[in-house]
Amino acid sequence: MSKYARFALALAVGTGLAMGASGPAKAETPKKGGILNFIVAAESPSYDGHKESTFAMVHPTRPFYSLLIRVNPENPSSPTDFICDLCVGDLPKPTDGGKTYTFKIKKGVKFHDGQTLTAKDLEATYNKIIFPPEGVSSVRKSFFKMVESVSAPDDETLVFKLKFASGAFIPAVATPFNYTYSAKDLKEHGYDWHEKNVNGTGAFKFKEAVAGSHVEAVRFDDFHMAGKPYLDGYKALISRKMAIRVQAIRGDRAAIEFRGFPPKQRDDLVKALGKEITVQESDWNCVLLYTPNQGRPIMQDPRVRQALTLAVDRWGGSQHLSRIAIVKTVGGIAFPNHPLAATKAELVRLNGYGTDLKASREKAKKLLAEAGKAGLKFELLNRGTDQPYKIVGTWLIGQWRQVGMEVTQRVEPTKSFYNSLRKTKEFDVSMDFNCQSVVNPIVDVSKYVGSAGNNYANFAGKDQELEDIYNQLVQEGDEAKQREIMRVMEKRALSDMAHEGITLWWYKINPHRSYVKGWKIAPSHYLNQSLDQVWLDK
Amino acid sequence: MVTVSEVQTEAQFEEVAPKKPWTKVAVDLARRQPLGVFGLAIVIVMIIAAVLADVVAPFNPLEEHFDAMLAAPGTDGYLLGTDEFGRDILSRLIYGSRTALLVGFVCAIVGSTAGLVLGVASAYFGGLFDLVLQRILDVFMAFPLIILALAVVATLGPGFENVMIAIIIPFIPQCARVVRANALAIREIPYVDAARALGFSDARIILRHMVPNVMAPYLIMLTTFLGQAILLEASLSFLGLGVQDPIPAWGLMLTNASEFFEGSPWVAIYPGVAISLSVFGFNLFGDSVRDVLDPKLRSR
Repeated sequence: MSKYARFALALAVGTGLAMGASGPAKAETPKKGGILNFIVAAESPSYDGHKESTFAMVHPTRPFYSLLIRVNPENPSSPTDFICDLCVGDLPKPTDGGKTYTFKIKKGVKFHDGQTLTAKDLEATYNKIIFPPEGVSSVRKSFFKMVESVSAPDDETLVFKLKFASGAFIPAVATPFNYTYSAKDLKEHGYDWHEKNVNGTGAFKFKEAVAGSHVEAVRFDDFHMAGKPYLDGYKALISRKMAIRVQAIRGDRAAIEFRGFPPKQRDDLVKALGKEITVQESDWNCVLLYTPNQGRPIMQDPRVRQALTLAVDRWGGSQHLSRIAIVKTVGGIAFPNHPLAATKAELVRLNGYGTDLKASREKAKKLLAEAGKAGLKFELLNRGTDQPYKIVGTWLIGQWRQVGMEVTQRVEPTKSFYNSLRKTKEFDVSMDFNCQSVVNPIVDVSKYVGSAGNNYANFAGKDQELEDIYNQLVQEGDEAKQREIMRVMEKRALSDMAHEGITLWWYKINPHRSYVKGWKIAPSHYLNQSLDQVWLDK
Repeated sequence: MVTVSEVQTEAQFEEVAPKKPWTKVAVDLARRQPLGVFGLAIVIVMIIAAVLADVVAPFNPLEEHFDAMLAAPGTDGYLLGTDEFGRDILSRLIYGSRTALLVGFVCAIVGSTAGLVLGVASAYFGGLFDLVLQRILDVFMAFPLIILALAVVATLGPGFENVMIAIIIPFIPQCARVVRANALAIREIPYVDAARALGFSDARIILRHMVPNVMAPYLIMLTTFLGQAILLEASLSFLGLGVQDPIPAWGLMLTNASEFFEGSPWVAIYPGVAISLSVFGFNLFGDSVRDVLDPKLRSR
């Protein structure tokens, strides 16, 4: 059994145990009909999957679209279990030394407006994602660095040519944001049309959207999977306040919230509703970081950054914060428990992960004194979102106080926070995150490299050694060697240079009404949201 | 004709009017304004708590006790329980009174004093200056207090200083409008004309002859603003726009409690009570100040 298979098995077992309350799994015959009401914590800026990266877009709109391939909805915990959505049969094996992938496309697939899907639509879609014209935004373009070209020699064949063989390619194609658009729509309406308009081949058709209130959809009768979807439709209700979202489920005005609730809210719901609530839990491919701004003189000394990480009690934090926040797992740069992730024995060798907290904090104080920064004062920039940002941010300040640092907190609303973090770079240290969809550590860890577009620590060009290590990782095909390189990269990024500080990995908790069937938790709130397999046992 | 020797000095007046002992004054006041004295007592307790927080608070308000997260009141020496980080709620309330009082007094004093200056100046100079200034104040007064404060914080950004600015700005036109109305009447009194005829400067007339005569409405507005400022600060902190963790502040404690109050209601109840009680205290005190200073109400 490969490490990946063991990893998938471990996740499946873990999820199964977490779902113990729901009793032993048994095959149930899906019932047809009904409207699924679910609640979403935010409103999407647009409906264009290629431009957005928020769950607020994925949850209400993913069921409108199909993907070329997707994670297996029956086994979404696996990082390797992908199945065809618009392609036919099993996933194609690469040819040409791993550099060519040829997909056969399903026949007779209809768009909601009646157009017939061909490989040309997928060619246009992927060319937009991978090679967008100047001025057109495609946020996941970098996932496809290895792709040289996309072509459709005929209506049923799609070919990807790669520059080099890469294990990161298939997971990138399965990313749930890669909505398939019609080539005709893109040509006739332009690349911005999908921001406000919907025309997909997914299981549900757009019905209406009311700003600040809801998005409503109805079953697409010509859906390309026979017998699906089971639901007549769904309604995505928008509510920013957690208390309202919890009460919506409690009062059965909504059946589920797909992002996740903190443990306290889970316990409250279970206590109130008993067997009417089923809880699914999973590790989450989302990690909360703090980013020291090396553009600021106080954060340029690696000893100061090491002191920051040494002060943090991650093992204790996991135990305590997991009771009040959606974080739990101690981990390094790769998704915990993945074959490429560090074991506990490997983690404790890194600064800030040791089990002797007193010694770590003494070392932190010593490093600060050596750097002439004893009693360091700085400001932590944070996002005005309770879960988990504000809770973990406040906890971090308490941790740093233990080594004599005086830290104040500046909390900004999301838009302003992103502006300060990404554009104006007005911060000493900021909360940051690395949330991904498909578990693909080799791509996911690019965040820790200074040249990465989503690295905001301002050390681009100042750590070539780290860049070289990452380039070596991307081009390495052997799993054992990948693992070794990953450890070297982790030590460099988190411990020796301490460019970034990992707090804890998120932990996904989805309490939902027990009558919601067919939905399985995935290690990401972006995954498994097509809803074609979901049904209501009412 | 009155000669200098016939004029009674201040000291002679004091001899004529016998001094009451302060205890009797206090008892009289308590009898006439029992609610005001109750309000004053709340205010004094708050002030003592704020000043002596280091002595009276049982715990460091920033200290986290992870072994006692969300502990119920009375558990392990936590009289009012603990919050989600195991921080003692009583200690945070005591230290939070510093934030409340600092914001309350600074905003009330700065806002009402700025209003006083503008109101008197507007009434004294009149004409175009008065017209333009009043229209500007009209614009500010067109917005409800909280909306204007929100707009200011949204413009300046969250933070302690910005919250105080956001609270001060809506106070200024309110006080200026009331003071101006009083100052307009005083402007017409002959002694102001006399002072002008004697060639006194505008500043001297305003500061020596007009301002002392509008002190009653000024003080009434000031005491009213104290409670309002505490409430506004709490509201802005509740909305996440004010003071930020880990600084203890009542509104912030209330907003942090929103996720936990169902299972641990004390995290919301005590900060809520503290806010209500302090605003209640300042309002009662302010009402009594108004009653004492306003001659029309004094006889009722």
